[in-house]
Amino acid sequence: MAEFILRRILQAMLVLFVMTVLVFFGIHVIGNPVDLFASSECTKACLDEIMVNLGLDRPVWQQYLIFLGNLAEGDLGRSFTHGVPAMSLIWERFPATLELAVAALVLALVIGLPLGFYAGLRPDSWISKAIMGLSMIGFSVPIFWIGLIMILTFSVKLGWLPAIGRGDLVTVFGVRVSFLTLDGLRHLAMPAFTLSLLMMSMVIRLTRAGLREVMTSDYIRFARANGVPEYRVLGWHAMKNLLIPIVTVLGMEFGGVIAFAVVTESIFSWPGVGKMLIDAISVLDRPLIVAYLIFVVTMFVLLNLVIDILYSLLDPRVRLGAGAA
Amino acid sequence: MIIAERPSRLRAFTRAFFNSPTAAIALCVFVAMSLAAIFAHLIAPQDPYDLRSVSILDNLLPPGEVSFGGMTYWMGTDGQGRDMLSAMLFGLRISLIVGLASGVIALAFGTLIGLIAAFRGGWVDALLMRIVDLQLSLPTILVALILLVILGRGIDKIIIALVVVQWAYFARTVRGVALVENARDYVDAARGLRLPPLRILFFHILPNCLPTLLVVATIQMAQAISLEATLSFLGLGLPPTRPSLGLLIANGFDYLQSGRWWISVLPGVVLLVLVVSINVVGDRLREVLNPHLRG
Amino acid sequence: MAPVLSVRGLTTVFGSGTQELRALDGVDLTVHAGEIVALVGESGSGKSLTGFSINGLLPGVARVTGGSIRLGEVDLRTLSAREMRQVRGSRVGMIFQDPMMTLNPVLRVETQMRDALRAHSTLSRQEVRTRLIAALAEVGIAAPEQRLRAWPHELSGGMRQRVAIATALLHSPELIIADEPTTALDVTIQGQILALAQRLCRERGTALVWITHDLAVVAGIADRVSVMYAGRVVEEGPVDAVLDTPAHPYTRGLIDSVAASQPKGARLPMIPGRMPLLSDLPQGCAFAARCPRRSPLCETTRPEPHPTGAGQTVRCHHPLTEPAGAVA
Repeated sequence: MAEFILRRILQAMLVLFVMTVLVFFGIHVIGNPVDLFASSECTKACLDEIMVNLGLDRPVWQQYLIFLGNLAEGDLGRSFTHGVPAMSLIWERFPATLELAVAALVLALVIGLPLGFYAGLRPDSWISKAIMGLSMIGFSVPIFWIGLIMILTFSVKLGWLPAIGRGDLVTVFGVRVSFLTLDGLRHLAMPAFTLSLLMMSMVIRLTRAGLREVMTSDYIRFARANGVPEYRVLGWHAMKNLLIPIVTVLGMEFGGVIAFAVVTESIFSWPGVGKMLIDAISVLDRPLIVAYLIFVVTMFVLLNLVIDILYSLLDPRVRLGAGAA
Repeated sequence: MIIAERPSRLRAFTRAFFNSPTAAIALCVFVAMSLAAIFAHLIAPQDPYDLRSVSILDNLLPPGEVSFGGMTYWMGTDGQGRDMLSAMLFGLRISLIVGLASGVIALAFGTLIGLIAAFRGGWVDALLMRIVDLQLSLPTILVALILLVILGRGIDKIIIALVVVQWAYFARTVRGVALVENARDYVDAARGLRLPPLRILFFHILPNCLPTLLVVATIQMAQAISLEATLSFLGLGLPPTRPSLGLLIANGFDYLQSGRWWISVLPGVVLLVLVVSINVVGDRLREVLNPHLRG
Repeated sequence: MAPVLSVRGLTTVFGSGTQELRALDGVDLTVHAGEIVALVGESGSGKSLTGFSINGLLPGVARVTGGSIRLGEVDLRTLSAREMRQVRGSRVGMIFQDPMMTLNPVLRVETQMRDALRAHSTLSRQEVRTRLIAALAEVGIAAPEQRLRAWPHELSGGMRQRVAIATALLHSPELIIADEPTTALDVTIQGQILALAQRLCRERGTALVWITHDLAVVAGIADRVSVMYAGRVVEEGPVDAVLDTPAHPYTRGLIDSVAASQPKGARLPMIPGRMPLLSDLPQGCAFAARCPRRSPLCETTRPEPHPTGAGQTVRCHHPLTEPAGAVA
């Protein structure tokens, strides 16, 4: 177990290292951030001063080494535009993104699992066909457009829900969250639903396909032959088998959801890291872009580790110590 | 014998495909939309790229309105007075070009990498598959976003970005199929006959990869169109002078709050219909071509 | 004494309307307490389907359309889904073919057995554990406390089948349906499982339907045997009578094709041809096309069951009278 985790951590660090190289040098190619800070009457000397201030006068590889050194200390540099450490900006805004993503995940499961279950149990009913059709649309439609339609319907036409921003916040265990206030929920509803659509479609399809496979298995027959009540057969014996692919896929997708929050946050002006990234891109705030990427990739790697462990808890056949994992 | 079988297999495949009315309709819709895009310059009432034909006075007209010039805007006009119908036809063309081009290039490149990985094996395979894994583990939107930040705007740039996020799917698929086929008896037999490796590759293995590749390519094309729209919406894809469907939707976003829905909603509907029809076709292809997945 | 199970004229179909296929056609089956009845046939003969028809666990496309299935005093066909659930596990137990597939791979042995136990009784946690440990010990599992905590993949095939048997016996059902429970096991383990099942049924007076395609198993375990072909019982009777003096040419063919029944070095005779498809059943006797004794009558008229002198019932116009092996 310890060896497995150690190996995964080493792999993860390698991935991270490669990513820092790619991101750092990639971002370095673009634009000249000095222009951003220089006023029109700025002379050569004043330009140079800005360059020195930002550390841009050194060769790229030196900048990279400095960057790596700082990274090791958890310092990802200062945002050009905000003048504060990039990481503090990210930490400040990340709870909003996480809240949005978790809300989307919960919605995907709460709505997707029952729908997929129904479609799997009665594959030929027209309701099931409608559910599958909707899941196909959920797969296909770019989520930003769904967001637009929702704003048009629920904000502009019906006026039920606010179109932009995050609602009232309350502090729970030191984290400011919005889902515990009515206003917060009203703000959260549309972005979270929009963001959850893709996952929801996936949950529906995985649940349906998985259930249809599981229901023909001998072990379900065995449970039924023993008179185990149907709710228990479906809700536990079948469910636990279904959860394996669902947890795996959702776990892998969750990182994607954080990334896709970029789109949702832009539409609904949700003050999370995604919106911050788009703003940073538009002003070429390099340290902030790099910090965001490093942050997201790190999260990904950690997430994958957590999924592997979770997976082994759900599926006893894949015990970590077994080595083959 | 194989040659004699081909036509009947194709016919059986076609019949199986059209057995699903949904898939048949989807295919027709897709073909109709492709034709509309190809002949956009002939059927569009206006050239949306030609600023002389666009009158700013006609801006923000709702669908069906008649302009001062006596022209009926069936789909309304946008903020600059462009005819939405024309803009959408040309936007559709761009979306399709982007989807098709990136799909074909990614397919070619991915197939090449996949075949190299499958046939070289050893460390080449291991290295290539690590790269594929890395690529697939990162969310497409993020990779594309960063690439576009670095590369800048432009139709060629967005195609590059889309190829980068797509090739790995093809590579992994081809490698998987090729490894399976490579272990089959008929390839052994071909080797026993001392056929040259390239011949085995092109005439025996690649044709067997085609069904799977076709399915993956269809799905990826839908993905690409959708992703391009999303990136353009974020202001990162195409230049505003040649709007794709995504950019048209983005342009309309600003007017949405004031109730001018058509600028965003109509291109969105076109995009939706396009992507859904491609996906339905892809789904059906998978059902027909891969009996294991039939459920 | 009234039989535990009495199946009369059981008819089960696949599909519906014009696509309806008769998979079982007028199957009769009688099992008394403590009796072991073997149901023999090739794959596709409907022997497993008979088992699933009895305990109401047919796959979605199949349904029972005719006949009666009496368990004691009750016709199982008249029961609601809810009542049927009460019967399964408590009055009718089932053991499946492949122990690798029977146990749920993601639930511990204890969870699966506990659910089966709780399905028909309310017991405290401690009582449940005690009962389960006793049940495992009874089927010859060493260290039952540890096995209870095990995951199915940690057990061997034979061990899993023992767990499945222990589970099926938890409520001491009157009837056990065993669907080829030894086919997937090694020969040595097969013998152990056979002996175990036989002992438990004799001790408890459980009626046992043993579905198999293996005549050696039949000879070793069963009191009576029903031979099935294309959805019908073609011959039924006491094991000794059927194996020694088979009346149906199909039974005869089955016996002759077992190696042990032939002198050393002799070529094994085979039944020519194959069983007709359900969609392609002939009007007359389903076996006619493969039968050495067929007459024009066989091709037009379906034989009805009638008794032979030796105590069997046979569906054949031209039953055999000489003992098996007499004419090789």
